[in-house]
Amino acid sequence: MKDFTNENFINILFFFGLFLLIYALNIFMGTAIFERIVTNLFIYIILVVGLQVFMGNSGILSFAHIGYMSIGAYCSGIFSIPVKMKSMALPDLYYFIQITTFDPIICIFIGGIFAAIVAAVLTLPLMRLNDAAAVITSFAVLMVIHSIVVGWSAVTNGPRTFFGVPKATTLELAMIFSFAAVIIAFLYKNSRFGLLLRATRDNEVAAESIGANTVYLRWFAVIVSAFLAGIAGGLWGHFITSFSPKSFYLRETFLVISMIIIGGSFTVTGAIAGALFVTIGYEFLRWIEKVIKFSDAIKFEFIGLTEIFLSITMIVFLVTKPKGLFPFLEIGEIIKKKFFKKG
Amino acid sequence: MMLQFIVDVLSLGSMYALFALGLVLVYGILKLVNFAYGELILVIGYSIFLLKGSPFPWFFMSFIAIIMCIFTSIATDYVAFRPVREKSVTAVLITSFAFATLLQNAALLLISAKPKNVPMPSFLSDSVQFLGVITPVRNLISIFVAVVCLFIFFQFMKRSLLGLAMRASATNFNMARMLGIPANLVITTAFALSGLLAGIAGTLWMSKISMVFPGIGLEPLLIAFIATVIGGMRSIQGAVLGGFILAFIDMSFNYLLPQDILKFRDAFTFSFVILILLIRPEGLIRGPATGART
Repeated sequence: MKDFTNENFINILFFFGLFLLIYALNIFMGTAIFERIVTNLFIYIILVVGLQVFMGNSGILSFAHIGYMSIGAYCSGIFSIPVKMKSMALPDLYYFIQITTFDPIICIFIGGIFAAIVAAVLTLPLMRLNDAAAVITSFAVLMVIHSIVVGWSAVTNGPRTFFGVPKATTLELAMIFSFAAVIIAFLYKNSRFGLLLRATRDNEVAAESIGANTVYLRWFAVIVSAFLAGIAGGLWGHFITSFSPKSFYLRETFLVISMIIIGGSFTVTGAIAGALFVTIGYEFLRWIEKVIKFSDAIKFEFIGLTEIFLSITMIVFLVTKPKGLFPFLEIGEIIKKKFFKKG
Repeated sequence: MMLQFIVDVLSLGSMYALFALGLVLVYGILKLVNFAYGELILVIGYSIFLLKGSPFPWFFMSFIAIIMCIFTSIATDYVAFRPVREKSVTAVLITSFAFATLLQNAALLLISAKPKNVPMPSFLSDSVQFLGVITPVRNLISIFVAVVCLFIFFQFMKRSLLGLAMRASATNFNMARMLGIPANLVITTAFALSGLLAGIAGTLWMSKISMVFPGIGLEPLLIAFIATVIGGMRSIQGAVLGGFILAFIDMSFNYLLPQDILKFRDAFTFSFVILILLIRPEGLIRGPATGART
């Protein structure tokens, strides 16, 4: 267990291989629908891995993550809409933004940085709260962000659809960002900050007695986490091109949390596995809904079936496997144990 | 004007107080937040909606709806709380969140995504005028019902054996168990009472908006959250106080703020919640001293 860099390397290599495999599978399948699903999957991986950076290392549940995603999506969208489109999409926009446009890739980074700044300003005082109070405040943060997005019509087009975002996210781009997010998560987890934060998660009093500053450690994790969420939001925005505040609310929060819970929040591997399994399950159920709908066998609308299934799965998981599929060991450690006995 | 404002605050506040009280009852004993609490309002609404065609009088329908509400609340305990109660706080938060999503989507799947009309007796919307105040009858009924409920509830907590057991459990659950208080009975009672209070408050809520849709539970849930955070998560008096303070804040915003800032009202109230948690993490009224989770 001394050589952390080595373990990081195996982990990262494994996911590099996995992502390439998914990519190859996509080329093999070659359909537009499959490509859409896979791109979505990579974006979700960024999102869930970002959430893992905070939730896994600090042990605190956060509902605010989708809020940071919405900041990234809107921010990146606003700066990247072409000048001609802007007067149409957002007629009341402030003049200095009205006349500037950047390349979408730069905008995605702007979105991420902006989300990180908002998180930094908003959450520093909240980091000393534990348990229920911490969760309720994170819920409150989500509500604050949501109502500002809905209310600030000049910039976000209010509750109406925000449109005109140029399509820039390709599968390759999403994959590269996703891979970068995985690297960041692993490096963070085994860095000084990550180790100290995990110490506070396991025993706050003991960790503080050896000099860990819980508030700042958590704060730093939130900033990294929000940055990744913002990036995911930007990518998603440039992928879907038109969205509304409703796209970033409780339904999505539920989806992301179900991913991290099913996979296991303590490991990055778990986060990725959760994203993978939930996406597969989700698409499968959607397909069933569609088949039933078009088969004319049952005259019945099947909306909501997927969520019902997901929530039952989550409850079953929390009862039987409360720490998820990958509770403690990363995939690298599992491989190491299996193949190099004395590793 | 002043009197009008007071009547508005009191009628809104009495509803909020009942909501908050139901949430705090469970939190006080288990130290766990019930995210499926708002869905009790959904149950109320759809129960009355489904009974619409029946020949029963309205009061009987709402009575059945409140009983459904109590059952749902107890079901929450069995589905979301009991299996994971001994594990982490996060686990229970997520199971109750999942249970809430389950109920919402069941309503979506089995009934409809569109808002449905809930029948209400017409006299509730009639206006009455006294001392220069014009207000619908339902506001006065809300105040009356809340006062009666709160009185009965506090008497129950103070004088009955079960109430005593519940207060003891809220103070120190482990100690109470050691002294022979049956844990599961106390918890189930807490959930049942929580369902009853949510049911009564939900019926009042329904009389105000008289329609129901799958996402209806969110607003009452948020109200209960904010009110309990303001008043004190562990104290039942605090919950009532928090409900009235929140109603006061909401009403003042409604009276004072111009229309284009009013849409940020939620942002203001939630920022206020965050502020309160910072300055007084315990809320305005501190509950029993020991608060270790069991």
